[in-house]
This record gives sequence, C-alpha cells and structure tokens, in this order.
Amino acid sequence: MAKAGFDGVLKAVKKVRGGVKVDHHKNTAEKEVVRIPVPSQVTIPMQQHIGAPCEPLVKVGDEVGVGQLIGDTDKFVSAPIHASVSGKVTAVGNVKLPNGVMSTAVTIESDGEMRLWEGIEPPKVKTKEDFIKAVRASGLVGLGGAGFPTHIKLNFPPEKNIDTLVINAAECEPYITVDYRECIENSWDILSGVYTIKEMLGFKRVVIAAEDNKPEAFKVLKNIADHELDKDDEVKLMVLESKYPQGAEKMMVQSATGRKVPPGKLPADVGCVVMNVASVAFVARYLKTGKPLVSRSLTVDGSAIAQPKNVRVPVGTNIGEIIDFCGGFSAEPCKILTGGPMMGLAIVGTDLPVLKQNNAILAFAKDDAILKKETDCIRCGRCAQDCPMSLVPTNIANAAKKRNVDALKKTGVTVCMECGSCAFACPAGKPLVQYMRLAKAILREEGNK
Amino acid sequence: MVNGKKLVVSASPHLRSTTTTTKIMLDVIIALMPALAASIVIFGPRVLAVTATTVITAVLSEYIARKVMKRNNTIGDLSAVVTGLLLAFNLPVSIPLWIAAVGSIIAIIVVKQFFGGIGQNFANPAITARIILLLSFAKKMGDWTAPLSWRTDAVSTATPLASLASGETEGLPSMLDMFLGVRAGSLGETCALALIVGGIYLVARKVISPAIPLSFIGTVAVIMLIAGKGNLEFVAYQLMGGGLLLGAIFMATDYSTSPISFAGKIVFGIGCGILASLIRLFASMPEGVSFAILIMNLLVPHIEALTKPKPFGTVKEEKTKEAAAK
Repeated sequence: MAKAGFDGVLKAVKKVRGGVKVDHHKNTAEKEVVRIPVPSQVTIPMQQHIGAPCEPLVKVGDEVGVGQLIGDTDKFVSAPIHASVSGKVTAVGNVKLPNGVMSTAVTIESDGEMRLWEGIEPPKVKTKEDFIKAVRASGLVGLGGAGFPTHIKLNFPPEKNIDTLVINAAECEPYITVDYRECIENSWDILSGVYTIKEMLGFKRVVIAAEDNKPEAFKVLKNIADHELDKDDEVKLMVLESKYPQGAEKMMVQSATGRKVPPGKLPADVGCVVMNVASVAFVARYLKTGKPLVSRSLTVDGSAIAQPKNVRVPVGTNIGEIIDFCGGFSAEPCKILTGGPMMGLAIVGTDLPVLKQNNAILAFAKDDAILKKETDCIRCGRCAQDCPMSLVPTNIANAAKKRNVDALKKTGVTVCMECGSCAFACPAGKPLVQYMRLAKAILREEGNK
Repeated sequence: MVNGKKLVVSASPHLRSTTTTTKIMLDVIIALMPALAASIVIFGPRVLAVTATTVITAVLSEYIARKVMKRNNTIGDLSAVVTGLLLAFNLPVSIPLWIAAVGSIIAIIVVKQFFGGIGQNFANPAITARIILLLSFAKKMGDWTAPLSWRTDAVSTATPLASLASGETEGLPSMLDMFLGVRAGSLGETCALALIVGGIYLVARKVISPAIPLSFIGTVAVIMLIAGKGNLEFVAYQLMGGGLLLGAIFMATDYSTSPISFAGKIVFGIGCGILASLIRLFASMPEGVSFAILIMNLLVPHIEALTKPKPFGTVKEEKTKEAAAK
C-alpha cells in the first residue's frame, strides 16, 4: 500500500471479486455516541434474531433491575435476554417485529432509575468452557447486523482446526458509523477484547480488518495490533479497499486468509471465526463488569432526520422515541430503515422496538426513498460482474419468474447473501434481491416437498 | 404509518446507482460521434442524410411497433437511435435513402421487436439488417464512393480489402490514410482513429468491457500475421480495413447479443475473429465481420452455458469431493 499511514499493515491476501462503490454518507463519523434519556418503557421481544425464541421468565407485576435475565431457552441457537431498564413488568404479550413476524415480548415500565440488578457480578473465567458459558450468559449476538448468537460461533470443536480470528471493523454499509465510534471511544475495550479472546480460544492469528477510508480508526487499530501484549506478532491489521460488501463474512475470510467458504458452510469450516469489532469490545466489558447486553449504539441518520446522531439506547426502546431524541423529522419521512441502506429492512412504522443487532435507524425523504423506475433488462451483465458470489442474478431472476426449479438449482442461488450489489448496479432498476429471495423461497419449498 | 401517512416498504437495497439504460445508450451515441464527424469530412454531407434517415426510421419503427403490440413506449431508452446510427455506419454513402429506411425497419421491427424488444433479440439488429440489405441490394450495397471525392465529382472505387483480395496492391491508400479513414468503405467504418477514440471512451465509462474488442481484433491480427507470412503491412490493412474496428468495438459488444461472463466474452471475441478472418481469406467475399458477428450471436446461449461462472466457493467443494472419491 503506497498510501501514507499504511506502513506495516497487511494487504488483503486475496482481493475479493465484485462489489460496488457506493457513496459513504458517513455524516455522523464525528458525532460522539450519546445516551438517550431513560425511555418511559421498553418492549423486549423474545425473538430478536436467527434461532429459537426465548421463553419469558418474568410475569406481569414483577420488579426487574437492569441486566436481570428475563428470557431464555434450552435450544442451541439462542441467546438469553435481559431487562434493559429497571422497573415493573407491565405486559407479556405479542408484538410485531420490524420484519413483520409476531413475537412474544416483555414490556417493562421504567422507574427512571436504571438500577442495576443486584445479581450482577463479573463472571469467573478460567477455562475455555467458562469463557463460552460467560459469552452465552452475556446475551451477546453479532452486533454487526446479522445477530447470530456469538457463543455458538466461538464454541467450535477442536477438530475444526480453527487458526484465525478475523475482527471486522470494515463497516462497509453507507451511513453507519457506530463501529467507527467504538474504535475511537472504546479502544481499551477493543484491545482487551482482542487479546482475551485470542488467549481464551487459542487463536494463532488475529486479523483486524478495516477499510482504507477511516484513518482515525485505523490509527487506533494499528496501536492495538502493535501492542506489547502481542509478543509473537500474531495480531495484524489489514487494510481493505473501501468497496461494498468488503465487510461480509465470507469476503472477510477470503481477504484475510485467501480461503473460500464453500456454499452452505460457515467460516469455521475453513478455520476462521469472524467477529464484529463492537462485539469484541462488548466481550471485554462484560468480563470486567458482568453487565449483559442491554443497550447498543445506533446511527440515526438520513435525509428526513433533523439532527443525525450516534446514540446509545436500551434494547427494546421504541424507534419513534429515538427519532424524537434526534430532533424528529426534518422532512416528511417516506421510507424508514433499520440497518444500512444496502441490506437494511424497510419498516412500516416507528412504533417498533430496537433489537440487539440493529445498528442504524435511517429515515429518508421522498427524493431518496423513491428508487429508479423499472425497465427491461438489457443483459448488460453488471449484476453478474458486481456479484461477489459469482452468480448471474439476471438469469436467476428469469428462472424464478418462471418458477423453473431445475434451472434454479443450477444457478447456485443459495450462496447469495443478499448484499444488494446486483440491484444497486442494475441500470434497469430491477429489484434483483427480491428475485433472489423468491428464488431461494422456491427452492426451500421444493426441498420441503 | 408515520403521522398518518404510509411509508414506502421495499426490498433492499435502498440505494441504487445512477446508471440507467438511457444514460448507457447516450454514452454509446457520444462514442459514435467522432466517427460520424470524420465520415462527414470524408464522404460529405450526404452522410447526414443517410444517418438521419436510418435514425428517424428506427425510432419511428420502435414507436409504432410498441404501439401496435400494446407495449410500453421505449423510444426514451435511446436504443433505437443507437441501432439507427450503427446501421447508417454500415451503409455506403451512396445508398438510396429508401433502402436505408427499409434497413431500419427490418432492424427494429423484425430483428428486435418481434423477439420482445431491448435485451431479448438474439441477433444484432443493425448487423442483421445490413446483411439482409447486402443480399437484397447487392449492387447498391457495393457501390463505394472514393473518399473526399464529394467536393468535386463523386467517383466510385474499390475498397482496400477488395483490392487486397484481388491481389491489386497498387493504388492502396497509405497507412496514414487508412488510420484517418481516407479510403472507400461503409460510411462509419473507415476512420480507425475516431472508432478507437470512441472505444476508449466506452471502456473508460465502463459501458463496455475491452474483452470482446481486444480478443476479436487480436485474433484477426494473429491469423493475418500467419496468413500474410509475417507481413506487418498486410496485417495493418486487415485490421484497419473493412468493418473490423466498427464491428469489434460497437457491434460485437452489444449487450443483448454477447455473453455476460468474462470468459464468455473472450470465447465470443476469438470466435468472431476466427470467422471474420476465414471469410476474408477463403470466402468469395472480401469482408466477413458482419457474418462473423451474426454467427457468433447465434452461438451465445451455448457459449454462456459453457462459460457459466462458478458460484463462490464451489470449486473447492468439487475438489474435496474428488479427493474424497480417491
């Protein structure tokens, strides 16, 4: 890397193919994360992410403290859920999640005190097993957006020969700056998290990956990689070209190690574990304080938001309340998203709770919300050229439209991660990601027959 | 609902590039302008009459065809303008205007709209129309005007490729004239300089990939080098003569009728190069670029099937399967 400031930094072992250059819109990069005032109530869904829903462990009328366990399950793919404010449970009922799915939820009326639950104490961690148990108890899920329970990722069997921990600080989605702020504001937590996880799980190599457009964060991460704790120089910083979707898990693994995750497999199958930088910092904080995942940072931005901010909010806070804290709407909102503009979810209203894995709330006025008109496919091939998974989206869309199952099976659509590069690039404005989902749904249906 | 108003809910991504079909076609039109300007200098103002005829007829044909078929109006995407321009570039300047108009009607209605319009046609409209005109009006389509003769008295002459084919090397235009386009030929194909400038513009704007033009022209160069027994001058005449540059840069790269993948584009380009060279060297016609492209157009589905990109990570899986089988 000829650019100044990147001396002694790893370059991507293998450049990933495809991807698109999107405008960064990192308007909130210099906005420090601020806590919002204690919300009057929170609604905490028992199903927040991939995996089994939790069973509520509290009933109406119970007094709860911050960090008290309120939901858990025996199912494997799950993470426990904790009260995010102190107060009284006023309802255990159904709520609609941002994605339209109904879930059981616990509503807590806040007493405004944010009193910590008395049972909170730092976990005693000596062995790998203790560590995994502690990560599970913390309720941590991937904070980068997908929300996969972290303890499962870390609890790999020894025969998998895991050698590399990849720490994702790429934050390649436009607008979102919370990981960047984590690097600037909580560098000690990241430092401690990196070396603790490395030691606990015996990683031989740690690669911290960041895009080349974030010099401040880069400095911090460089110091972490060069820290004296790293006696054998096993922790490295890797610079990535700022191109979407560099931060996708499979892309990260390929950049850091040159290995390709096969279809239907996980990074662990090629010896890697990928963790978001905010998740790493959280692990360090949890080990120190024992306070589980009850709040998270969000970027609130978009053309319809009056005062774009980075905010720290209790899980379950009403999205409308967060927008009000950011000055409300400056223009008539036409589209509101949870998550980034490339992979985020358009929501039907603001009366919804924030989930553990949400990393942004973006509200757009009409000009940014109405996408270009759909016209006929001209077979230009931009979708295929930009697909990081080497798919040919236009062919998949055609096969999906005809419900041609045999053709769909040959397209390899199951590896699609719905990054949206194809639809972004398409000059005909085709909703290609929607077609990819349709294609996958058709194959699932066929598989269930 | 926010403030009683419904929000827009759509599938991600919520950002789109600013590229549209219209902008792409506009770039192609811009890329064709240097060659058009050169042609006006070389062959005179009649170039404009021919071009206007093909463009206007193409746009009208598109409008009427869509109207009759009760489909949405697509003249706004400018693809009919591109077809009209390319067809004009493939005609001799002396062509009767009504024949030029018939060409546009064939290109747009028969070759493009009968098969579903933009993106659906399997053969390049301008090339197919040119071939049909060539077969129907052989004499008019082979009436080549001498370059720059429009200022005085337009005279007919042979194209350099025809001279080469008949072994008459005397009276061939100089290398510089070949490069600048001062030679007989279809009105838009002669100026190598202008066509290359247009091609560079299209590559720089990422409208086309250089894969097809380079593999096409490169293949012709290699074959001609062998056929000419190392005579570089012969190779240069072959590369700048006829419609090779126009075909390789502007016609073979047509999205609808060329493969999508990089490997497919290379196979397609090499195939075009081999066919065009074979026709030039061994067939009774001095020029074969149009036929080469048309034949390769028809093979595109097969090329695509053979060069399908492998989804991420699958290569490895096959290898491990092979390893497991052993």
